[in-house]
Amino acid sequence: MTAQTDDELWSAIGDPSRRQVLDLLVNNGEVSASWLAGRVPFTRQAVSKHLVVLERAGLISRRKQGREVLYLVEADRLDQATRAMAELAAQWDRRLGMIKRLAETAHAQNKSKRRPS
Amino acid sequence: MPGLMIDREVLIEAPAEVVWRTITEPDQMSQWFATRVDLVVEPGAHGYMEFGDQGGPVVVEVVDPPARFSFRWNHPRGEEPVAGNSMLVEFTLTPVGAERTRLRVVESGHELLAWPDAEKERYADEHRDGWVEYLDRLADVLAERRSR
Repeated sequence: MTAQTDDELWSAIGDPSRRQVLDLLVNNGEVSASWLAGRVPFTRQAVSKHLVVLERAGLISRRKQGREVLYLVEADRLDQATRAMAELAAQWDRRLGMIKRLAETAHAQNKSKRRPS
Repeated sequence: MPGLMIDREVLIEAPAEVVWRTITEPDQMSQWFATRVDLVVEPGAHGYMEFGDQGGPVVVEVVDPPARFSFRWNHPRGEEPVAGNSMLVEFTLTPVGAERTRLRVVESGHELLAWPDAEKERYADEHRDGWVEYLDRLADVLAERRSR
């Protein structure tokens, strides 16, 4: 999974309001949009919009129960996102580690050149 | 709309000028980044980076030695890289005393550059290392719930 092909996924998680909705879903299992709206500082309409974005990114799914629509987190997709994110971060840590070694070696060499024993 | 953002940093026992050369000179870059780097480090310069049998275009954005260096990559071949079709990599070097440098890298997929500096700082501060931890925490909570 590359960052580019999953732009929708990152955009979905990147928004602080959507994180709030996602947090509530992760912590409470299957809930309805009105239940969520009662627990966030934004409108029911905004909640619905965030749910659409989260669903499109594959992070949540919906199920009808009687007259209610319940939402729940897609655990596999979340796991996948977590792994991809950790891998990208690890990749930069490895690169920074190499830069550190190269720069420190170059610096040590410069110093010994300037002060020949 | 905010997209992916990775924010990492490292403390290096070398002055900023030395770190600057390590991250911007093509023959150095090929040691920590791409397997082949064909790039002139000037704002707006188009270049090419090869990673094993894969490669792609790169465009330099900011060159402010020895403090800031940024480029865009991961955009489709033949297209101009702009916010939305590419990733922006920003290096910031901050001297710590005379002999050490804090090197920070931010890779983002959204229009950070177009934002006012204050907004950018606020967003970056809120997201410093937050992404990985946030997702880890969500995954943990979820795993716990499923095992109940």
